[in-house]
Amino acid sequence: MNIKSSRRDFLKGSLATGAMLVIGLNSDGVLAAGTADATLNPFVKISSDGSLTVILKHFEMGQGTSTGLTTLIAEELDVEWDKVQTEFAPADVSKYANLMMGMQGTGGSTSIANSYLQYRKAGAAAREVLIRAAADKWGVAPSDIRIEKGILKAGNKSAHFGEVIAEAAKLTPSAEPTLKKSSDFKLIGNTRIHRKDHISKTNGKAIFALDVKVPGMVYVVILHKPQFGAKLKSFDASKAKNIEGFIDAKALPTNEGVAVYANSTWNALQAREAIVADWDLSKAEMRSSDQMFNDATALLDNPAYSVRGDREEARKGNMSAAKKLDIEFRLPFLAHAPMEPQNCVIEPTKTGVIVHDGCQMPTLVQQMVADILQLKTENVLVNTVYAGGSFGRRANPTSDYVTEAAMAFSLLGGKTPVKLVWSREDDIHAGYFRPLAVHKVSVGLDNQGTIVGWDHRIASKSIMKGTFLEAMAVQNNIDNSSTEGCADTGYEIPSMSVGLSDFITPVTALWWRSVGHSVTGIVMEVTMDMAAKAAGEDPVDFRLKMLPGNTPAQKRMANVLKMAADKADWKKPLPAGWGRGIAVHESFGSFVAEVIEISTKGDDIKIERVVCAVDCGLIINPDVVTAQIESGVGYGLGAAMRNQISFTDGIIDQSNFPDYEPLRIADIGKIDVYQVKSDEAPSGIGEPGVPPSGPALINAIADATGKRVTYLPLSENGVNFA
Amino acid sequence: MNYKIKINGTTKEVDVAPGTPLLWVIRDSLDLTGTKFGCGVASCGACTVHVDGSPVRSCQTFIEDVSDQEIITIEGIDGKVAHEVQKAWQELDVVQCGYCQSGQIMSAIGLLSETPKPTDENIDDYMSGNACRCATYQRIRAAIHLASKNLEG
Repeated sequence: MNIKSSRRDFLKGSLATGAMLVIGLNSDGVLAAGTADATLNPFVKISSDGSLTVILKHFEMGQGTSTGLTTLIAEELDVEWDKVQTEFAPADVSKYANLMMGMQGTGGSTSIANSYLQYRKAGAAAREVLIRAAADKWGVAPSDIRIEKGILKAGNKSAHFGEVIAEAAKLTPSAEPTLKKSSDFKLIGNTRIHRKDHISKTNGKAIFALDVKVPGMVYVVILHKPQFGAKLKSFDASKAKNIEGFIDAKALPTNEGVAVYANSTWNALQAREAIVADWDLSKAEMRSSDQMFNDATALLDNPAYSVRGDREEARKGNMSAAKKLDIEFRLPFLAHAPMEPQNCVIEPTKTGVIVHDGCQMPTLVQQMVADILQLKTENVLVNTVYAGGSFGRRANPTSDYVTEAAMAFSLLGGKTPVKLVWSREDDIHAGYFRPLAVHKVSVGLDNQGTIVGWDHRIASKSIMKGTFLEAMAVQNNIDNSSTEGCADTGYEIPSMSVGLSDFITPVTALWWRSVGHSVTGIVMEVTMDMAAKAAGEDPVDFRLKMLPGNTPAQKRMANVLKMAADKADWKKPLPAGWGRGIAVHESFGSFVAEVIEISTKGDDIKIERVVCAVDCGLIINPDVVTAQIESGVGYGLGAAMRNQISFTDGIIDQSNFPDYEPLRIADIGKIDVYQVKSDEAPSGIGEPGVPPSGPALINAIADATGKRVTYLPLSENGVNFA
Repeated sequence: MNYKIKINGTTKEVDVAPGTPLLWVIRDSLDLTGTKFGCGVASCGACTVHVDGSPVRSCQTFIEDVSDQEIITIEGIDGKVAHEVQKAWQELDVVQCGYCQSGQIMSAIGLLSETPKPTDENIDDYMSGNACRCATYQRIRAAIHLASKNLEG
């Protein structure tokens, strides 16, 4: 997603907070002392028993945000960590907007970055009014009151929060409440506190959307179109009538599928198998992958848009170069394949509906469902539950699976609750993929090994064009998500030019964990490795030459690069047959370098060790940061090793995990994560671990075997993993 | 059709179509939702339950196959091994999205019941059928070792 976590946005976000708190505090009306809960502001709820519930404006897909946001408020309120509860916020953009997006949603690794001051201030404001209320009650000065383990104390007096909430809720906190000094932090930076979901996700009690069941609910699955762009002509459900539990089948008004209803998930899946549909393919994507790649490659000769630099200058530099590299990269479409396939429940209420969803974009979902069902927006409620992974998938400009559910609900009469379930096959077939991309990079080096020309051309399907995000994310026809991490590289490359062409296809494209960086991290860092080799230089030294520290970004990039190399004993000789590769990349305001060591046995490759260095600014939860880097590394490596969505005559070749094989436990050895201690504003962590992983592996394979792969996945190039 | 099923220590009666996978009986009929649907083809392990004490993929086990067997789901696990596995998972904060973790835990209990002191290789072999898209594998390995150590003591 095209979101910049600049310091300016960071400050802007913090200013917006003050007003929000005051509104929140004053809007809460009637309270009866000792009996009711009080919502002190949109993020802080205190129960009459004194317990704290933190309201989470971001959803939890595993990235640890429910722990992170809770840490910020619990820190300011000095409560006992294990006793704090969490609750997902309802859809309400006036209170719960992502301050970097302007809408309510999670993405672009912004959750902590946009909430850091907002949540701390919410906690500090609550602390202030609780203390003032206790001070009034006890007739002491607020400065005489302290909070220990969630108990207000002054001299021999003490009270839990619940005993003063009625009074506290009537007070208006200052717009800029005093925040704790960082030297007093007990929770921020604490390596020993547990995730908020560590128990409910180990005993089967955590509720995901697939676990939601409401009385009278029917199950619906969608018979999806076979090719992108295909439209339903007709269908025959007569054989489905023999399937036990089958209720009905109806064409979606978009003609992109058939909704199949039954009394259980299994019966709905069986009934779908029995339905025969006829499709109009006149506007469908009918190409095979080879043709798509060739068509995309043909766009590279004359880029439609100039993104950076002067191409003629770059080419001139290349013509005079002592050494020249011409590299073509082909990166396939990729599915996100979260463990929980897409699903949601739509339940009628007196005035509208409630959508139960692992909801990544609550206000977008609310609007989409309201439009389809012709309801007032406020009559569509969103109950956000845990999401079984997402990696970007659940947030999409059309809210695809939720709109399918809304259409199915409406088609059935709008009175019966429906649960829409996608199978894994739907997840692999029905679209929203990381877009296919082709890059051609021509690099010239002089005799000193200095880059004198870098002519870079890109063809990719635009994620943002044609969506409601176009106005925000596309400037001068350039979709930043096709070029991020390349045109704005931190490396000092004066002679660099970047051109872009849009590859056109009805295959739907979406941000996939780390978005454009998932492509450009590979392209830039493999090119850098090849250039270092051409220059006869060490890959780390070569990169450092281009990171002279002229910008803060260059300093931070160089720092993690050196840290990873140092921790991995970069220059220490490896056993025979082993190889080592490195990559560094900036994304979402964070800097990550990774070193991968592999061993080879015959033709088989095994990843032995991954060493990572990360600088994501101030760290709230060190263990969550480590976990997210571990996760990003695994996600990136699995895809680079063997994942692709490919097409034959427009039909996707893969269908489920056996042919879209996820990373397995035996694929990956030890991952060590080292963190840079920093006071910079907190930046992203859910995605930045991904971009360096693929190129570090590709570079390690080249180091061990001499084989240089630039068409992904690796498994399609005779690279086998043990 | 009506079937009897012994699950988590009690016998239940369910009305499902012949050939219904145990997974959907557990989830849709019995409302035990800790067992997850991930692939439907026994390729991800999210649906792992114990049948007569051994981990099986419930998406490829059919209602007719379990007429006399004792089924245990994540909600019904008990005993020293199960307890130590859950504790180790919590201690090391293994979970991320958490969707696959019931299945991971059911498999890990199976492994430690058969092999109380597994090597990394034993773990990789036994757990290879349980996919985790968050790639929590390093912590799964560590948690199994930790549970094994705590079971010794």
